[in-house]
Amino acid sequence: MSKSVSLITENYNKYNPDSIDEFINIGGFTGLKNALNMSSDDVISIAKASKVMGRGGAAYPLGKKWEQAKSVPGDNKVVICNADEGEPCTFKDRSMLEKDPFRLIEGMAIAGYTVGAQNGYLYIREEYRHLHPQMKNAIKQAKEKGYLGKNILGTDFSYNIHVYSGAGAYVCGEGSALIESIEGKSGRPRIKPPFIKQCGLNLLPTCVNNVETLAIGTALLTHGAEKYLSYGTSDCPGTKIISIAGNVNKPGVYEIPFGLTLREIIYDIAGGVPGNKAITLFQLGGASGKIGPPSLLDTPYSYDDLHKVGLVIGSGAILVVDENMKPLEFLHSIQEFFCHESCGKCTPCREGNKQIAHILDRLLAKTQKDTDVDTLIRLAKLMSQSSFCGLGETAQSALLNAIRYFPEEFGLK
Amino acid sequence: MKEIKLSINNQKIVVPAGTTILEAAKEVGVHIPTLCYHPDQAIKANCRVCVVEVKGSRKLSAACSTPVWEGMEVITTSKKVLDSQKGVVELLIASHNQDCLNCQRNGTCELQNLAERFNIGKTNLDIDILTLPIDDGNPSIVRDPSKCIKCNRCVETCSKTQGVDVLTHAHRSDQYIISTPYNLPLGSTLCTFCGQCSAVCPVGAIVEKDNTEQVFEAIENQKKHVICQVAPAIRTALGDAFGLDDGAIVTGQMVNALKQLGFDKVFDTNFTADLTIIEEGNELIDRITNGGTLPMITSCSPGWINYVEGKYDHLLDHLSTCKSPQQMFGALSKSYYAEKMGIDPKDICTVSIMPCTAKKFEAQRDEMNTNGVRDVDVVLTTRELAKMIKMTGIDFEVLQEKEFDSPFGIGTGAAVIFGATGGVMEAALRTVYEVVVGEPMPSIDFEPARGLQGIKEADVDLNGTVVKVAVAHGLSNAKIVMDMIDKGECPYAFIEIMACPGGCVGGGGQPINTTMATKSKRIESTYKIDKEKLQYRKSHENPAINKLYEEYLEKPLGHKSHELLHTHYHPRDKKIGNIKLK
Ligand SMILES: Cc1cc2nc3c(=O)[nH]c(=O)nc-3n(C[C@H](O)[C@H](O)[C@H](O)COP(=O)(O)O)c2cc1C
Ligand code: SF4
Ligand code: SF4
Ligand code: SF4
Ligand code: SF4
Ligand code: FES
Repeated sequence: MSKSVSLITENYNKYNPDSIDEFINIGGFTGLKNALNMSSDDVISIAKASKVMGRGGAAYPLGKKWEQAKSVPGDNKVVICNADEGEPCTFKDRSMLEKDPFRLIEGMAIAGYTVGAQNGYLYIREEYRHLHPQMKNAIKQAKEKGYLGKNILGTDFSYNIHVYSGAGAYVCGEGSALIESIEGKSGRPRIKPPFIKQCGLNLLPTCVNNVETLAIGTALLTHGAEKYLSYGTSDCPGTKIISIAGNVNKPGVYEIPFGLTLREIIYDIAGGVPGNKAITLFQLGGASGKIGPPSLLDTPYSYDDLHKVGLVIGSGAILVVDENMKPLEFLHSIQEFFCHESCGKCTPCREGNKQIAHILDRLLAKTQKDTDVDTLIRLAKLMSQSSFCGLGETAQSALLNAIRYFPEEFGLK
Repeated sequence: MKEIKLSINNQKIVVPAGTTILEAAKEVGVHIPTLCYHPDQAIKANCRVCVVEVKGSRKLSAACSTPVWEGMEVITTSKKVLDSQKGVVELLIASHNQDCLNCQRNGTCELQNLAERFNIGKTNLDIDILTLPIDDGNPSIVRDPSKCIKCNRCVETCSKTQGVDVLTHAHRSDQYIISTPYNLPLGSTLCTFCGQCSAVCPVGAIVEKDNTEQVFEAIENQKKHVICQVAPAIRTALGDAFGLDDGAIVTGQMVNALKQLGFDKVFDTNFTADLTIIEEGNELIDRITNGGTLPMITSCSPGWINYVEGKYDHLLDHLSTCKSPQQMFGALSKSYYAEKMGIDPKDICTVSIMPCTAKKFEAQRDEMNTNGVRDVDVVLTTRELAKMIKMTGIDFEVLQEKEFDSPFGIGTGAAVIFGATGGVMEAALRTVYEVVVGEPMPSIDFEPARGLQGIKEADVDLNGTVVKVAVAHGLSNAKIVMDMIDKGECPYAFIEIMACPGGCVGGGGQPINTTMATKSKRIESTYKIDKEKLQYRKSHENPAINKLYEEYLEKPLGHKSHELLHTHYHPRDKKIGNIKLK
């Protein structure tokens, strides 16, 4: 356990999430106060110095995103906190909503101040409906204490937060589909351009950030960038909240410094595989993430190191699959997920997923046609190259890596 | 405007900022394949058949939705691009009810064209078609979801252009479909049967109901006297189906073809368009002078009538009680004409050639009969007529011009312009002005009513009383005007409304590939016929009309007129929208 750290999760279990007073007693809202005492450009400089990458999956640099959002002209802007957390095996944002709701509110307010927004929207996954009352209560208390609402802490900055519930579609985690969903339309992604940073929710300039990203924002403004930079490696500083599950002894949410190896994470932090079984594969970043073979377990958990071997951090999920499941069986279950979650709007994803499902069925039943594996590769590439949104683009990440790392499963070696 | 330099397949080109790759490529003679793209609609980018390579991009880019940028390098010819485009076509075909040989769009289908272009052959994909029931339970439109490629062109037309909003997308993944409210058949919704969806569908998933066989049968039947009437907007559009220039005027060739097809008489709906002007003009004067309901709104577009009956049923009094020219013709064919020819009306089969799918619905309305005999028996769209001509092997291009038959063969310029938005207004004013003021309008060409602007307004000075008039086309524009009336904020006395954008030249039954640009050409030709080709330009100067009143109808708005030429309207059932048909 000693290999995990607590910076972003420092408040977990330290206060009663129903009580703003307890939060304030342990130093809550210091980050917001600090932010309000500096210019928004200074906040952006801190975000840039920290080299934080967005935690929603796409790893877009936070400083750059805030800088762009700030520079978009407009007196009416919107911040959206993406708490849709639809990626399978991902539950780290839930832990934040559960255990440190005020940090998130603080982070949303800091983001609002930085980019010049008047309204923040918290879009919470429908399955987390039990957390809605707690979040709403936190917002209410923050407003009562003057941390939200008009002229926050006596400054010119006024900002409100509104809570919206998802309706159960994975694609609604994609920024523009999420916006459509808040607007009451069916959740399907929008065409770009216009980009949501210029024309998002209700046609207003919109900055979408993940829960964890905003929670990091609070830490940066509370403790300074140096504190954050003191964790991790020189190339990949900082910490990451991961959610690890599957065949491990201690599944759960952990905050780790970047640079631990996957083996350390799985064995030292998550307690290893039950019954000491062998690992068949692991998947990083949820269903849209990539899978890797056990030979890569000594890869350090950092953006660059993982990228070099064709893996990604994505949402921060780590799913461990032991010898009881074959790679093809695993791919089959992933495929079921995407066949269910494709929004159906574009041809490659709507039709490609269906075709790939048919082929995986045959491969599993060992009734494949001679052409099936070629077709599989062709369609997976087509989907990743030509789909309308990130869902179709990444749906075959696991399959493409399986072909690379488990060619024998496809009769390719 | 800012200019952008880029290269497409290494050819340098300069285009204005905001141009898409698709448009820029056209400029250098590269035709990138498209399916969801339609020149008159918003960009959708959902089919993905237009993907191309942009240097430096991780993924391929959709050419229809990607604006060019300075220094952009586009490649459209690589194997990677072709494989992807072909792959998309293959995926669509694998989930498509491949029924080309039995399909109404065989030969005019965009998917079929792409299958040919990409040399699609035997596929390794699984043929997996989502089969849902075919909806053919109304007289106008047939929907076959098994042929739908989910491009959403129909959805945009129905919801945005027409504002009727009975088509939408529903469900997800491979269950994604184009649906109606509660997935009801169109006949049970507030669908207006305008057919605009069938005109923009790239494939055979929404088509007009085909009635050609009925016509061939009637002609074959020796006992039947089969006559046809041709609407004003056919003569500038039919040529399109035979590859002639957009807007080609083919009146004489069309009459010849109809005669060769075996119709006993070929008449001109222009005749009853003139008659409509006389009746409607007098109705307007009557309403203005006797305090009738104003504004009065034209009633010759059945899609429009269906719309009002569905969405503004409390404002039905504003509609002119005149039947449409098609129905006036039908009524006269079964009364005046039957008597004159000494034929039992039951033995007359009256066929209309119309630009419109809603006309099929209109002809079947319960009240459209004369003494128990249907006014109009069969309605064919321009597309169906073109098919009949093709079927018989008649070479349309080389046909000699022939004349319409009498007694319904003479139409004026005022009648022909019924085909263009604003035409009915202009035609009515040419007559009303002269009746009220006692002298011709200062200029017979009434420019304020012309053109493609959605809503057009004008002031007309009738002997010192200034009357405000307006013209709207496309049902979303009609809605704006109706909301004005609803709020009591409508300054107009007389309004022309056509359901279809551009008027009948843009009707839902016109040849496939009709765009706003094509419509403009047809409108140009329409005014050309009015100005250059016809002896008379005002309805009240039509000698055949005057003869009809002398011999039969006696006077406008008279007893006989009311019986034959006027009608009434019903609110549509809000729950099922359906109107009782014959
Ligand atoms: C299909 C799809 C699902 C996504 N789901 C989520 C999600 O559940 N939560 C999230 O924060 N980001 C999700 N994203 C990423 C968002 O689009 C967006 O990049 C992110 O919220 C931005 O926040 P960040 O910059 O803080 O990472 C998803 C993207 C795609 C394409
Ligand atoms: S890739 Fe296409 S079908 Fe898949 S979720 Fe995105 S838009 Fe929908
Ligand atoms: S819609 Fe097109 S591709 Fe489909 S059956 Fe008809 S003609 Fe063939
Ligand atoms: S016919 Fe007109 S109203 Fe009916 S679905 Fe088509 S576009 Fe909509
Ligand atoms: S019915 Fe036609 S226009 Fe509508 S989505 Fe399907 S293919 Fe496109
Ligand atoms: S034409 Fe570009 S995506 Fe359909």
